[in-house]
Amino acid sequence: MKTITKKVIEQHGLKLEEYSTIKKLLKREPNLLELGIFSAMWNEHCSYKSSRKHLKNLPTKGKQVIQGPGENAGVIDIGDEDAIIFKIESHNHPSYIEPYQGAATGVGGILRDVFTMGARPIALLNSIHFGSPDHFKTRSLLNGVVSGIGGYGNCIGIPTVAGETKFNSTYNENILVNAMAIGHAKKNKIFYSKAKGLNKSVVYVGSKTGRDGIHGASMASAEFDDDSEEKKPTVQVGDPFTEKLLMEACLELMKDNSIISIQDMGAAGLTSSSVEMASKGELGIELNLDKVPCREENMTPYEMMLSESQERMLIILEDGKEQHAKKIFNKWDLDFVIIGKTTDTNKLTLKYNNKIEGEIPLDALASKAPIYDRKWVKKKLTKSKIDLKKLKKIKIEDALIKILSSANHSNKNWITSQYDQMVMCDTAQKSGADAAIIRIHKKEKAIAVSVDSSSNYCKSHPLTGGKQIVCENWRNLISVGAKPIAITNCLNFGNPEDPKIMGEFVECLAGIKESCEFLNYPVVSGNVSFYNGTNKKNISPTPVIGGVGLISKLKRSMNHQLKKNDSVLLLIGKTFGHLEQSIFLEEIHSILEGQPPEINLINEKNNGESVLEIINKDLVNSVHDISSGGLIITLAEMSMGSNYGVRIDKPKKLTDLFKYFFGEDQGRYVLEIDRNNLKKVENILKNNNVFYENIGFTQKDYFEIQKELKIDIKELYKINNQWYNNY
Amino acid sequence: MKSSVIVFPGSNCDRDIAVALEKMQFKNQMVWHKETKLPKSDLIVIPGGFSYGDYLRSGAIAGKSLIINEVIKAANEGCLILGICNGFQILTETGLLQGVLLRNKKLKFINKDVNIKVINNQTKFSNKYKKDQILKINIAHNEGNYFTNSEHLQKLKNENLIAFKYCNTTGSTDEDSNPNGSLENIAGIFNSKKNILGMMPHPERMIDNLVSNTDGVNLFSSLLN
Repeated sequence: MKTITKKVIEQHGLKLEEYSTIKKLLKREPNLLELGIFSAMWNEHCSYKSSRKHLKNLPTKGKQVIQGPGENAGVIDIGDEDAIIFKIESHNHPSYIEPYQGAATGVGGILRDVFTMGARPIALLNSIHFGSPDHFKTRSLLNGVVSGIGGYGNCIGIPTVAGETKFNSTYNENILVNAMAIGHAKKNKIFYSKAKGLNKSVVYVGSKTGRDGIHGASMASAEFDDDSEEKKPTVQVGDPFTEKLLMEACLELMKDNSIISIQDMGAAGLTSSSVEMASKGELGIELNLDKVPCREENMTPYEMMLSESQERMLIILEDGKEQHAKKIFNKWDLDFVIIGKTTDTNKLTLKYNNKIEGEIPLDALASKAPIYDRKWVKKKLTKSKIDLKKLKKIKIEDALIKILSSANHSNKNWITSQYDQMVMCDTAQKSGADAAIIRIHKKEKAIAVSVDSSSNYCKSHPLTGGKQIVCENWRNLISVGAKPIAITNCLNFGNPEDPKIMGEFVECLAGIKESCEFLNYPVVSGNVSFYNGTNKKNISPTPVIGGVGLISKLKRSMNHQLKKNDSVLLLIGKTFGHLEQSIFLEEIHSILEGQPPEINLINEKNNGESVLEIINKDLVNSVHDISSGGLIITLAEMSMGSNYGVRIDKPKKLTDLFKYFFGEDQGRYVLEIDRNNLKKVENILKNNNVFYENIGFTQKDYFEIQKELKIDIKELYKINNQWYNNY
Repeated sequence: MKSSVIVFPGSNCDRDIAVALEKMQFKNQMVWHKETKLPKSDLIVIPGGFSYGDYLRSGAIAGKSLIINEVIKAANEGCLILGICNGFQILTETGLLQGVLLRNKKLKFINKDVNIKVINNQTKFSNKYKKDQILKINIAHNEGNYFTNSEHLQKLKNENLIAFKYCNTTGSTDEDSNPNGSLENIAGIFNSKKNILGMMPHPERMIDNLVSNTDGVNLFSSLLN
């Protein structure tokens, strides 16, 4: 047997101090199999060793929460007998190495997290970040990731309904692929991973185990270097067809009471699933590895335990249910093998050829895994020295056109038309809106969903950036008429061993916490992805927020497309003209300095709730929040694709037109109101002390700012649709 | 009217079509692919999806499945057969419909609402539509590029066997309105006896204004007529 040298330890992504802890916990040297298992459980991806201390501070409770973080996914209550189960997860490292399979298995993995808990998945979302469009890798990565996401979701038949795609040179050598899945379950039919009872059958179902993805989780817990291409064999290969069968078989078995607990084999495969189930149940687990269905010949226990082959599940069954369950899995042509049992030893025991090949106390793998209080430093804030007056002159019209035709602000039809958004026939609003809307099957109600991030804001001021993304996500749900309920987050950061990066993490998280608490918008699930960077170059901090809201009557949902001629346009919220860190300065003047706009949570909440009140009272034709790009981009988006444009007056107070139209002050919305509803709307706004301005009205065919610009909306639409087709 | 929906491993529009049929008052039954007997049906639907993962070739493995022999038998006895999307691909694999569905011209999966024109409204499937009526129907496929030989194309024209063609908003069947490169913008065809319809667009997705439109409703009400 291979002796455990310093090199072997390092190859397993473990530090020498961690290895001595292992020896202490085992009271002996581990063998290679055991070392591999420690490496799988103690890596950053599985153990959250750098983040755990700080994640504890997030608000995770509320009367709408059925299950917070710690399970496969979060569960929220949406009234009646209905629960929504959802989570977002990163698949950044594999997607950079092998974009199609990396992205596809990202989707497959997050779907399993959701149907493991008893939910039928009803929607997929994604947040994908690429390097600069000029970077030589970007085009093939974009193509690969988009086809991978589509390939998996289209085949399994779950609509991909929303997402965000962004380009920024910070991701040149480390793209981000975050996938989110949402499922619907009955409140009293939710399945958990905690094992219960002794001598219960541990069943392996799904695909066979191959040699793919060995050490995937460890790979995802290290920075890339020049040899990252060589890590291709650690990327798993997805088979959405098998996952569809596995999903249907599991949901069929979940109809009665056969299952005690169930856990998908995701990162660190058989190791993490068995350890998780047994340690949560404070039991032991014994696996007979001769029984594991293998795809390849002569697989060793080491390979079986560390493989990340996809589309597999571990189930603990009630006594006497084995035949019934086997029949279901055989019907779907899937493997079903009893590979072990629960024990009272509190150990993970691995047998092969009637010999114990490895035995580890479960607490050593789970509760006694290292937790680090990493050093972190506060972000040094830089004052901006931008003198707006000294910037090169540009016409508003030209700036608008340049932004609308830029990679980040172009219409993303090229991407979304590669995803089946309609299958399951409950997608009431597709991508391209503030949030997508999915009807609860055969019911009047619906959920709204959105994913958001703002890495420039988070880079320049992590605390404000953290606050802002939660608010932005909340606003997006409000804009379609939903009451925001809860979020999931995917925290993409650089190397946590660097105190500056750890500081970004800690401060972003503090911002997220503050907004979530104030808005009663708890975090119910999530994922941390550290070590995003190559050769010591870290990505900008990119926490991604996935929010879910409830629309009690689908009929009353809202969108951002202008509906009528000559309706009044109200701008909700105060405009100060904040240009630092704006798209305008970035795209037009290539300036990225200063601080992001401030968040005023009191106004944020008040403005949002007032807009929701107006939507619920049926007093508004269309609503759009103001986000990156400012007022003018919001108005352009409301016009494009509708038959109406706008006629906007020049601002009364703020005299700098660029500040007024491109400023990114927060907590703002534009509402399109019928003239005969205006009084009622104004009364609501006045009663609630909401600041608003009447900024103009809608008109046929033209996008117009008084004495400044007038463009045919069809022309705007054309400009907005060119980038992807020309790329 | 009694309908049966065939469910293959990997079918994923089976629930959608069942919901549509039930909404239109069909008495519907789901039939698992391993069955060797079909329940008595007036209409058999082969739904969309990725039967057998579309491995090998779209529809190829389903075309050789146990239940498909029963479908062929029923078709020859005059039972109405509707194949949508993957169902259309399967019907061409069985030979019940002639021609093939190649990969989309731009080699990408396409999901969008497209306009199609009713070419023949004198059939069991289309009698509630007007001739040349323009419908807006969702498509979602990777292999929808219909092709056939010139002899068969001539037959499709002579015998009025083209059901739908992709078109623009004014009904012109130009190249710009052809989403996938199909021969002469063909979106759906009948067999000679006109008891079998294969189409790439998804009428079952267009039965409800709250999520889309109701342009698909008349296909089902034609069948009930």
